[in-house]
Amino acid sequence: MVSAAGSFSRPPRFKPGDRVSVPARAALGHCRTPWYVRGKPGVVAAVHGSFRDPERLAYHRPGLPAQVLYKVRFRQLDVWPSYLAGQADHIEVDIYEPWLEPQP
Amino acid sequence: MPAPKRKTMLRKAAGGRAAHDVGGLAFGPIDRAEHDLALWEKRTDAMQRLLTSPGKRAFTVDGLRRVIEDYGEQAYDRTTYYEKWIRALRNLLVEQDVLTREEIERRMAEVRRKHQTAGRRVVKAKVPW
Amino acid sequence: MHDDDDHHHHHHAGHDHPHPPAQKDHDAAPMGAYEVLEEAVRSLLIEKGILTSGEIAAAVDLMDSRSPALGAKVVARAWVDAAFKKRLIKDTRAALLELGIDIGTIAEFSTVENTPQVHNVIVCTLCSCYPKMLLGIPPAWYKSLAYRSRTVVDPRGVLAEFGVELGREVAVRVHDSTADLRYIVLPMRPKATRGWSEDQLAAIVTRDCMIGTALPTVPSRPARRAAR
Repeated sequence: MVSAAGSFSRPPRFKPGDRVSVPARAALGHCRTPWYVRGKPGVVAAVHGSFRDPERLAYHRPGLPAQVLYKVRFRQLDVWPSYLAGQADHIEVDIYEPWLEPQP
Repeated sequence: MPAPKRKTMLRKAAGGRAAHDVGGLAFGPIDRAEHDLALWEKRTDAMQRLLTSPGKRAFTVDGLRRVIEDYGEQAYDRTTYYEKWIRALRNLLVEQDVLTREEIERRMAEVRRKHQTAGRRVVKAKVPW
Repeated sequence: MHDDDDHHHHHHAGHDHPHPPAQKDHDAAPMGAYEVLEEAVRSLLIEKGILTSGEIAAAVDLMDSRSPALGAKVVARAWVDAAFKKRLIKDTRAALLELGIDIGTIAEFSTVENTPQVHNVIVCTLCSCYPKMLLGIPPAWYKSLAYRSRTVVDPRGVLAEFGVELGREVAVRVHDSTADLRYIVLPMRPKATRGWSEDQLAAIVTRDCMIGTALPTVPSRPARRAAR
């Protein structure tokens, strides 16, 4: 679903269904990609549209260029080493494009 | 007002996870008691909304979050939601040269004196910068 | 939703009744450092003309006026109107506008639907993002480290603590509100509500149903009139 507020400032890199992963890198300052998905594989569930970059907004910068925001679905089994309940359980996280890579 | 007894869970040692980034940690059972907000908390929320609104744009919510995230685990774990936010508002107002540290400290001393004179007990503790 | 009978006298207890400071007695809760700071900051901002006491008071009143009733109304409409439900899920902002609800520019809203196969639950692990326009202010537990830390890794355990037991055939889907989207759960309509009016339906949609930590329940004797 595309956000009504977000037209795209550049074409999205990913589309729903794409297999992606979150790089296992450290954040520099303010970051909205949680620790628990770093290095984990997921699937793009939706493309939300473009939003100003919070990593820059947090430091009084305008947050441009806007970044494409994705809803990424992870299997709980892929995120937590000892997740025992519900093989079909998932977690969905809204992640900005610079924090996603294509899965090989 | 004594700080609530909350445990701190060390996170920096765990490889760089930031203080606010708590998904997956185990902070214990959930206390489901409902609490009304104090007036000062509602006013903190109000000031935050007004100062980050398109009309004022003193700073962004992202900036407030960033300041809160830099508190360190002890302060982060042991303060309540609005304690974090009023401290962040103060720090960003100083960062943006809207207010100075000195005038805030002076005004706090005046506020304490005013309430003590009116018969209310005022906690001695300060809010760390 | 606040039940006045359950008002807890916590150090954060609200003093919503008009109460000039001079009348506070010596047994009242002592003034904490953060409360002192709030008054200091507010008074300075007002003196410097950056904010006015009127606009602060209006903003406080606005927050006080918000409650889960608006979200419940949206859910009830979705329950009775299948086409609206589809529009709500596809583009929540536009569907809310149909009901006269303008969510403004702070965030986008997204509706996630519970089905017999999927139960949704919302959390913000990084801070406490919450759809305030539809649900009012979040409960303290939603903002707690316990909820924020455990819901992503042990959602079924957290749900069990809230009294929600799900069968193994139901998948749990957790949504972490890490960006500018605010999520609201569209719970399943209980079968025993056949023929109910929208007002009657809205009355059983609690705040926790729309967070995902409760399921709508049908009281054994349904209200014959609208709750309000």
